[in-house]
Amino acid sequence: MSKRNLLLEIGLEELPARFVTSSMNQLADKVQKWFTEKAIEFGDVQAFSTPRRLALLVTDVAEAQKDIEEEVKGPAKKIAMDAEGNWSKAAIGFTKGQGLTTDDIYFKEIKGVEYVHLNKFIKGQPTKELLVELQNLITSMTFGKNMRWANQELRFVRPIKWLIALFGQEIVPFTIADVDTNRITKGHRFLGETITIEDPAEYEARLTEQFVIANPDIRRNMILTQIKELEAKNNWVIPVDEELLEEVNNLVEYPTVLFGRFEEEFLELPSEVLITSMKEHQRYFPVKDQAGNLLSFFVTVRNGDERHLETVSKGNEKVLRARLSDAAFFYKEDQKKDIADALKKLETIVYHEEIGTLAEKTERVTAITGALVDALEVSVNKELALRAARIAKFDLVSHMVYEFPELQGYMGERYALLKGEEKEVAAAIHEHYMPKSADDSVPPSTIGAILSVAEKMDTIASFFAIGIIPTGSQDPYALRRQASGIVQILAEKKWNISLEAIIALALHEVEAKNIVKRELADVQEDMLTFFKARIKHMLQEQHIRYDLIDAVLLGEIGYISSLVERAGVLEAKKNEAGFKEELEALSRVMNIAGKCEHQVSVDAAKFENTQETALYENYQRVSVAYQQADNETERYELLASLQTDIEQYFEHTMVMADDSSIRNNRLSLMKEISDLVATYAAMNKIIVS
Amino acid sequence: MNIQDMILTLQKHWSEQGCILMNAYDVEKGAGTMSPYTFLRAIGPEPWNVAYVEPSRRPADGRYGENPNRLYQHHQFQVIMKPSPDNIQELYLDSLKALGIDPLEHDIRFVEDNWENPSLGCAGLGWEVWLDGMEITQFTYFQQVGGLECKPVSVEITYGIERLASYIQEKENVFELEWTDGFTVRDIFGQPEYEHSKYTFETSNLDMLFQLFTMYEAEAHRQMEEGLVHPAYDYVLKCSHTFNLLDAKGAISVTERTGYIARCRNLARKVAKTFYEEREKLGFPILKVKGENTNEQA
Repeated sequence: MSKRNLLLEIGLEELPARFVTSSMNQLADKVQKWFTEKAIEFGDVQAFSTPRRLALLVTDVAEAQKDIEEEVKGPAKKIAMDAEGNWSKAAIGFTKGQGLTTDDIYFKEIKGVEYVHLNKFIKGQPTKELLVELQNLITSMTFGKNMRWANQELRFVRPIKWLIALFGQEIVPFTIADVDTNRITKGHRFLGETITIEDPAEYEARLTEQFVIANPDIRRNMILTQIKELEAKNNWVIPVDEELLEEVNNLVEYPTVLFGRFEEEFLELPSEVLITSMKEHQRYFPVKDQAGNLLSFFVTVRNGDERHLETVSKGNEKVLRARLSDAAFFYKEDQKKDIADALKKLETIVYHEEIGTLAEKTERVTAITGALVDALEVSVNKELALRAARIAKFDLVSHMVYEFPELQGYMGERYALLKGEEKEVAAAIHEHYMPKSADDSVPPSTIGAILSVAEKMDTIASFFAIGIIPTGSQDPYALRRQASGIVQILAEKKWNISLEAIIALALHEVEAKNIVKRELADVQEDMLTFFKARIKHMLQEQHIRYDLIDAVLLGEIGYISSLVERAGVLEAKKNEAGFKEELEALSRVMNIAGKCEHQVSVDAAKFENTQETALYENYQRVSVAYQQADNETERYELLASLQTDIEQYFEHTMVMADDSSIRNNRLSLMKEISDLVATYAAMNKIIVS
Repeated sequence: MNIQDMILTLQKHWSEQGCILMNAYDVEKGAGTMSPYTFLRAIGPEPWNVAYVEPSRRPADGRYGENPNRLYQHHQFQVIMKPSPDNIQELYLDSLKALGIDPLEHDIRFVEDNWENPSLGCAGLGWEVWLDGMEITQFTYFQQVGGLECKPVSVEITYGIERLASYIQEKENVFELEWTDGFTVRDIFGQPEYEHSKYTFETSNLDMLFQLFTMYEAEAHRQMEEGLVHPAYDYVLKCSHTFNLLDAKGAISVTERTGYIARCRNLARKVAKTFYEEREKLGFPILKVKGENTNEQA
C-alpha cells in the first residue's frame, strides 16, 4: 500500500526559551503514541523547534489503519440453537451485533462445551480521515505556564499564529483558536519570507532558504562552531555553560555569534558580579584567557545573519557598559561604609512586624550560635563564630545586594575581607545561606554550618511562634526550604546533637524576646511535625519504602544523621533472608509491651523459667553494647540477635500470668526491651511481605 | 530624533490603530500599568484601546541626577489594546520602523518575561523586547488584573522612553538626551531629580510615611464601601507610592515587604471587584457603543 509523509507545524508568537525543547518532545510523543494506538504504521518521526514553531515530520505513514481480524465468542450452542436446530433470538442478535449473519457461525469447544463463534473482520479506516484528531493532540498539550489571548478560551503556551497539517500534498482540515490549517509557513521574522510548502519532505530545506534553522541540533552546532572559531582566532577560552547554550539556542532561528568588549577597569569588580551581569541579565558568555582569568570581552548570539554585526555589537556593549557602571558605582559606594554603620542600619529594618528588626534577629541568631557551639562536641573558635553571626546580615543594606539580590552573602564575604575580617568569618557569611536548594552543597566550614543552622532555625521558630505555618501551597517565607536545609546539614555533618535540642535552643531565644504568641508547647509540637515532614520528604527522595520512613519517624527525631542511616539500614535489610523473622520477634515484644500499665524495675527473682532469664540477661548485654555501637548496622544486628531468645521466651512464658506481680514483672521486661527497640524504629509498623 | 518627536511619532502610529490618545494620570505611580486607564480598564468585557505617556516614579532609582543611567522619574509610553489584536507584534514592529529602527540592521528579540505586580494582584505573560541586547519594551498579555481573570485579554505595550531615546540618539548619559530642540532632560528634570533623591534617601519623615500608609489604606477601604471606585483607587496609588518611599529608604525588610504587598493587593482586589460591579450596574456601556465592531470581530 502506498505511503505518505505527514507534516505538522504550529506557528507561535515567540515561545519562552525554557519551554521550546520540552514542548517539541511532548508533541512528538503525543503524535507517535496516537499513531500506535490507532494502528497506523509509520516510519520515522523528526521533530523541529525554534522560538516561533514546533513541527514534526512523520515519514511513510500508511494510508489506512491496519485491518483487524478477530475471533469473537458468542453464546453456548444449547442457547443458540433449539431442539429442532433453529437459531434462537440470542444467536441472531449476537450475529447482528457483530455486523454478520447466522451463516457465518461456526462452533468451537471450550472446556467441553460448544460455543458459537464468528470470524470478525474490521476494515482499517483511511488515515486521512483520522488525522483531524491531531487537533485534539495539539490542544491537549501542557506547558509550565499557559496563557489566553484576545477572545479565545484556549490556554496555550503563546498565541497560535498559523498551522500546517499536510498529509502528502493534502491539507488535513481543522481549526484551533480561529486558525485554520494550511500549507503556509513563515521564514525568519526579518530576513525571511512567507512560503508555501507543497510537500512535507521539503519543509526543512525550504525554511533554511528563509533563514530558519528548524533543527535545534544543527543550530546548536552552528553556535558551538562559531564559538570555537572565536576561541581559536583570539586565543580565548569561552566556557560554554550548557544551560545558557540551551537557552540561547532557543532564542534564535538563525544564530550568528558575535563578541563585544567592555572597559578593562571593570575587571576590578568581583568576578561573580561580572558573571552575573553578563549571564543572568544579558545571556552573554564570559570570556577567559588560557589561565582562566576573565577578559574584558563577552560573546553573544544574535538572531540573524552577519550583516550590520557592528551595530549589534555596539548596542550590546552599550547595555553592558551601563550595567557594569552601575555595579562599579555600587561597589565603590559600598566600600565607603563601615560594617558597624551597616549593622546600625539593620536596627531600622523591620524583618517582620511581629518578629522585629533585622538587628533583633541578628541578636537571637548570635545567641543560638553561641549555644550551639557550646552544645556541640566539635572544635571551633567560638569568638569567630559569634563574630560571623553578628555581621552575617550586614551586606543586606549594601547597594550591590539591593541591585543583585542573588549576590547576598557573596558580597558579604567580599566586603568583610576588604574590611579586614578573619577569613573564617567572611566565609561563614557566604556559607550561611547554603544549601540554597536540595542540590546545593551544605556549608563546607563548621562555623558556616553552625551559623546556617542557627539562622534557619531562628527563622522557623519565629514564624511558628507567631502562628505562620506553611500549609498546602502556601509557604510565602520559604520555611520548608529552610527546614530542609537544616536537615541536609545535620545529615551530612553528623553532629552529636538532637534536632529536639536545637529546636529548644531556638525557642528559648524566641521566647526570651517575647515573640511567642501562642502556647510554647504547641509551637514545639508543630515544629517537630513540620521537621518530620521534611525528613520524610528527603527519605522519599532517596527511595526509602514509605512504611520504613514512618517507622523511623514515629518516635523522637534525635540525631538526624543516625535516623537517616537507620532508614537506609532497614531499606537494605528488607529483602534479606531472616529479616521477616527478626522483625516478627521484635514486633511481638513491642505489641505486648503496649499492655504494660505499671512499669516496675524488672525483678529476676520473679522469673519462673530459664528462657525468661536468658532473654533478660541477653537484653542487658545488648542494651549496653547498643549504646556503645559505632553505627546503625551494628545496632540493628544487636537488636536482631535477640530473636531466638524472644521466640523461646514466648514459647515457654505466659506473659499475661494470673498473678499480677508476675504479670507486671513480665510486662515491664517487655516494655524495657520495647523502649530500646523503639529508639531504632517502630518495628511493629513495618509491613512484612 | 528627539524625545518629543518620538512621542509624537508613537502617538500618531497608535492613533492610526484606533487608540484613544490620553494624558498622564495625575496621581503618583511607579508604572504606566497603575494608571486607572490600564489597571481598571483592563477589567471586564468592554473593549478599550488607548495610548498615553506616563511619568513613572521609582524612588529607589533616584541618584541625585548624578548617575547616567538612573532616574527617580522616567517616562513610559503605554499602549493598551483590548481585545489583543492578532497582528499586535507586527503593529509593534511597525512602530519601531516609524521611529527609524530598521529590524534588518539590528537584533530584535522577544525574550520571555512574565510580568507580575503582586501589589496590584496583576499577572501577565509576554516578553521584554530586546534591541541589540537592550530591553526597550515590555510586551504583556494580561491574564489577571486585581485578582480577576481578564476576559477578553488585553495586550499592554510599554516603551521605556529614555532607554529607547538613548539608543536612538546614541547618548551614554540620560541627562544629555534631547527632549526638543535646545532642551535636554537635564534642563527639564535635573533639579527635581536631585531634590527628590535627597528627599527620598535623607529628609523624608519615616514616621509620617508609615502613618500616611495606614491612613490612605483606611480611606481606600472606606470609599470602596461607598462604591466610589475612582477615589478609592487614587488612595491605593498613594499607598503604593508611600510604600515605595519607605522601601527606598530601607525601612522595610525583605520579609516584611510581603506583608505590605499583601495589604496593597487586598486593596487592589477589592477595587477591581468593585469596578467590575459598578460597570455591570451601568450595563457595560462601551460594549453597547462598540457593539457593532465587536460583533464583526467575533
